[in-house]
Amino acid sequence: MGQLDKNGRRAAGPMKRAILIAMPYTWLLALFLIPFAVVFKISLSDIELSIPPYTPTMKDGLWNMLSRLDFENFVFLTQDDLYWKAYVSSLRIALISTVLTLVVGYPIAYAMARAPEQWRPTLLMLVILPFWTSFLIRVYAWIGILSNEGFLNKFLLWIGLINEPLTILNTNAAVFIGIVYTYLPFMILPIYSALDRLDGSLIEAAEDLGCSRIKAFWLITIPLSRNGIIAGCFLVFIPALGEFVIPSLLGGSGTLMIGKVLFEEFFSNRDWPVASAVAVVLLLILIIPIVLFQHNEQKQAEADT
Amino acid sequence: MPLVDSVFAPWDDSDQKPLIRFRNVTKRFGDFTAIDNLTLDIFAQEFFALLGPSGCGKTTMMRMLAGFENPTKGAIELAGQDIAGVPPNKRAVNMMFQSYALFPHLTVQDNIAFGLRRESRDSNFISERVSEMLKLTRLEKFARRKPHQISGGQRQRVALARSLAKAPKLLLLDEPLGALDAKLREATQFELMDIQEKTGTTFVIVTHDQEEAMTVASRVAVMDEGRIMQVATPEKIYEAPNSVYVADFIGDVNIIPGTAKAAGPDHYEIDWAEGREPLHAISKKDFAEGQSCHLAIRPEKVAIHAEHPAADNAVLGKVLDIAYLGNLSTYHVQLPTGEIIKAQVANTRRVSRRDYTWEDQVWVSWTKTAGVLLDQ
Repeated sequence: MGQLDKNGRRAAGPMKRAILIAMPYTWLLALFLIPFAVVFKISLSDIELSIPPYTPTMKDGLWNMLSRLDFENFVFLTQDDLYWKAYVSSLRIALISTVLTLVVGYPIAYAMARAPEQWRPTLLMLVILPFWTSFLIRVYAWIGILSNEGFLNKFLLWIGLINEPLTILNTNAAVFIGIVYTYLPFMILPIYSALDRLDGSLIEAAEDLGCSRIKAFWLITIPLSRNGIIAGCFLVFIPALGEFVIPSLLGGSGTLMIGKVLFEEFFSNRDWPVASAVAVVLLLILIIPIVLFQHNEQKQAEADT
Repeated sequence: MPLVDSVFAPWDDSDQKPLIRFRNVTKRFGDFTAIDNLTLDIFAQEFFALLGPSGCGKTTMMRMLAGFENPTKGAIELAGQDIAGVPPNKRAVNMMFQSYALFPHLTVQDNIAFGLRRESRDSNFISERVSEMLKLTRLEKFARRKPHQISGGQRQRVALARSLAKAPKLLLLDEPLGALDAKLREATQFELMDIQEKTGTTFVIVTHDQEEAMTVASRVAVMDEGRIMQVATPEKIYEAPNSVYVADFIGDVNIIPGTAKAAGPDHYEIDWAEGREPLHAISKKDFAEGQSCHLAIRPEKVAIHAEHPAADNAVLGKVLDIAYLGNLSTYHVQLPTGEIIKAQVANTRRVSRRDYTWEDQVWVSWTKTAGVLLDQ
């Protein structure tokens, strides 16, 4: 058996330890790095009317294949302004949606954390409940709500707030609503978990030392839920940036998002190499903020110890 | 302490105006009555202890002083002003929380400066005051640390410094030493008294630890179920409790129930068991003939002998148990009637040479002034 380490636990043998460490790396390799290598390789290839619809392939021999790869498709992305406009528009939509989700989600998380103890599991369940239905069906349901003859317009006409139906469906507004609705639980859960851990006596201490309720919220509650806010924003921003289903179902012809462009390149134009290049650039765009975030967290952790 | 007490005793001076005044205060939470028609005066510069078991209402009283709760009935006055409805941030009262409630995202000095910054004082004043507080609590070296980077005892001092920084009229301490180990607690008690004396602030401390209350406080209020049972100096609470509850709550005590019979001026005979010699006690309080009463005697005032002693009260019994406490030993002596009398003896000799052991026949005795005669 292994020896005891300084904490009195039985230390795992070197073999066991290697297996434990290898597991997440195997996971990373199989589910991310290999698929990414494939996509990256396709992005360096040329379009061809064949199966698969690109050239060269491994059939041409490894050296021959490698020598024929080039960055043509990436150059192409810079030449047609559709692509960078789609990236910028996606970033804008994802950013606005993230802020909106935060504005909607924070009060919900706050109310949940402040709710009586016996209510919290139920409230938590209600937040997760929408996941029990298919995401696609829920987005379709929003068409029924937001269309000109939809429930929302009917209701607003009935209470006399408006005289003619509002055009919401097929605009960016509908996309924002869709994203906020879909990703709200991802915002609520991390913020809730941060607020749940917050010691109520800290707020009382702040009030005791001269803070009004609002001031105590800004000076204590917000900074102490900062990690939850950051985690929630990333969980919303990252998938929203590449979102395809919501803009194609709820958005209009004016909604330009990189997910839609990607889909069209793949399935309408069957231009796998350009589509792959779009995907690689999207990934790079996402990696930069994630790395920055990680770096920041690490520095914070180092400063704290 | 008696010297200090003879000088500082505003509660005996009818000209003194109390700093805090509870006037017929009742606090209910739903059906539960936490505080029941309570009246109490606390004077400036006092170190006042609220002592009682958990659930007796002592924390509710403190939270009412801090402004987190409002009385259901009655009024609380601070320096002559009714403070009902004044929010916590508008009171010249600061509180040191049981959990310390230090802000984990702020450094020690920012924690201390927190209250001062809310008053929009100029930065020179704030930094001066903060370093003054750091010095008072000997935390200069830890000013830039975060709360999780310092020890429990240091955190306790940060909490104290933070609540003192605004120089409140009244400082509330909610079980301030509960989280410290015994040695550190003792040292901190003296530190607290020292700081209280230096700053001249009025302290109200909530505790369930009677020893702590006795050590630090100028006066102690013993509470039970929302009522105050007795308010007095630690010596009076210990030597002259007014009820069996107080006598029993503070320290160790022998309680002998019986009936009183006058036997001279202030002198009573207590019939406590069929066919036994009555016990003798001196009491300033009047008892009617045949009134039921309780005689309370502290174990350290009970002596133990091998032969029948010439004493006011002496009863024969058998040593049932000996609790060895190092400096003292407590003998549990069982009387033939079944009662157990505890007698405390200083261990002036080595244990191997002690005079009495288990099952020995011994006499326990005490003088007629040693006990307190109680009617409830």
